[in-house]
Amino acid sequence: MGGRGDTREAIARIAGVEAAGSLTYQTVEAEHAGRKLRLYVIGFEPTRPGGPPDLVAGRHIARSHYEMVADQASGLTLGARLRLGRSDFTVVGLTRNQVASGGDPATFITLLDAQKLQFDLAPPAARVQIARGGGGASRDTINAVVARLQSGTAPDTVAEAVRRWKHLSAITQDGQESILTQSLVDRARRQIGLFTSLLLIVSAVIIALIIYTMTMEKLKQIATLKLIGAPDRTIIGMIVQQALALGLIGFTIGATLIFNIKDYFPRRVVLEPDNVLALAGIVLVVCLLSSGLGVRAALKVDPATALGG
Amino acid sequence: MAVAPRESDATAAEKPRAPTQQSAPLVQAVAISKHFGEGETRVDALREVSIDVNPGEVVALLGPSGSGKTTLLNVIGCILDPSAGSLSLDGELVIENGRWLRGNLRQLRLEKIGFIFQFHNLIPFLDATDNVALVRQLAGADAAASRARAIELLDYLEVGHRRASMPAKLSGGEAQRVAIARALANRPRIILADEPTAALDSKRASIVMDLLRKVALEQQAAIIAVTHDDKIFDRFDRIYNLRDGRLDAVEAMPGIGGRRTGL
Ligand SMILES: Nc1ncnc2c1ncn2[C@@H]1O[C@H](COP(=O)(O)OP(=O)(O)O)[C@@H](O)[C@H]1O
Ligand SMILES: [Mg+2]
Repeated sequence: MGGRGDTREAIARIAGVEAAGSLTYQTVEAEHAGRKLRLYVIGFEPTRPGGPPDLVAGRHIARSHYEMVADQASGLTLGARLRLGRSDFTVVGLTRNQVASGGDPATFITLLDAQKLQFDLAPPAARVQIARGGGGASRDTINAVVARLQSGTAPDTVAEAVRRWKHLSAITQDGQESILTQSLVDRARRQIGLFTSLLLIVSAVIIALIIYTMTMEKLKQIATLKLIGAPDRTIIGMIVQQALALGLIGFTIGATLIFNIKDYFPRRVVLEPDNVLALAGIVLVVCLLSSGLGVRAALKVDPATALGG
Repeated sequence: MAVAPRESDATAAEKPRAPTQQSAPLVQAVAISKHFGEGETRVDALREVSIDVNPGEVVALLGPSGSGKTTLLNVIGCILDPSAGSLSLDGELVIENGRWLRGNLRQLRLEKIGFIFQFHNLIPFLDATDNVALVRQLAGADAAASRARAIELLDYLEVGHRRASMPAKLSGGEAQRVAIARALANRPRIILADEPTAALDSKRASIVMDLLRKVALEQQAAIIAVTHDDKIFDRFDRIYNLRDGRLDAVEAMPGIGGRRTGL
């Protein structure tokens, strides 16, 4: 982070590195078709590593300015024009499934454009300082260097060399993935997990209260069943069945809703079949636990209350 | 205590049993007492009450509020422990000196007793047929046989045309007939009714009493009803008058040919 353009040359000279490219990252808000877009803008050197992967439409960036490759998730189409900072960019190519860890769709522009964009979007005071070239600040700022290694070179060895000789932090592809999953995604997951647990607890309480109320309304019928001679397991079965029916209805409505609106969500939401199954399992457990309150009330009913007014 | 042998196998609901001349009582309660609480707060709800009800008889429990009618019905219905006394139902001694001889009272009720309530107390989410069939199934019958039996009974009680209706859609009289069908599902020979006509107008009350009479005669069942309804007093074989937990008087009603029974 915060390196300079010559960092890339230094890394390219390390033994085992075949090629290296400078990158910048920034999250930028833009207007398109009357809608606010949050984009994760990656600046890269078109002839070096770090550019967009395979395109699903259009072509790669060919000119050094004002062209952009965007992800489909942004809603941008080929030929679309988008103002970023003080420049207008034209979408020339589209990728699929390129989103930042926060869920913002990725867009790629040239490093030069990205550095100008960084300057354009910097607060005015910082801009003045950068323009003066003072305080160590410069327009030639980059966030990272990606390196492609010669085949047969161990990524860890190169990473170690970068750390030792260049005093930079180096991360291998594997390391990157584990950082992503362990830190960024993990933090997001914890936050979402906290919300999910709170929502589940709230819904469990609501289901429990509904089941309890429904049971209290049926005390006369429950007493009647006991009086006639129904064993407790029949009565418990009826209450649990009711709870499960409630859960099933809720789950169906919820799942239908999620699948129908998730693509309109401002950020990319990935729903694996496993997650859906897990949710169904959780709903099941919540329903069973919540019916406990109703079952308790039902078991306490005196069969004699069926007789008499 | 005389314990009569069980009647031979239960016959189909529709086939009248041959009226037996000197059958043993189906319900024989001997010196039943029940008190609630102790010392200062002790309430003697029943004091040595004895009643016998024979097959084919329809009897009433009558008395002012608090006289012990419900308590007596609850003891005979096996939902309340008496403090003392003995009870036999359909030839089986079930309470001896205030102690139950059977562990599972629900099973006992399921086998021996049909209950009819002031309000029909049908299960609201089951249709008429399933309300009746459920009781058969609880006793272990399979679903198809239970439904067949239920339909048979609904026809017998002249509500066959409402067999697919939900309880909320039935009129008061129809619901009460479905409830009687439910009480008969397991061919009990003892039927206990709590104010069975209180929620009905006099015409429907009369129809329900006719049906109870028909059940008593054709199934050779014993029917005990708690009632306040003076419109139907003449429909009983006997009326047991309770006062302060004691049996005050037993009136044999003349019209129906009830037998006069001493205390
Ligand atoms: N569970 C109970 N606990 C205490 N007292 C009771 C209870 N049930 C009935 N009693 C008392 O027993 C007496 C007889 O009650 P009950 O059989 O309900 O009379 P009835 O049905 O004739 O109105 C009343 O004094 C009543 O207060
Ligand atoms: Mg009462």
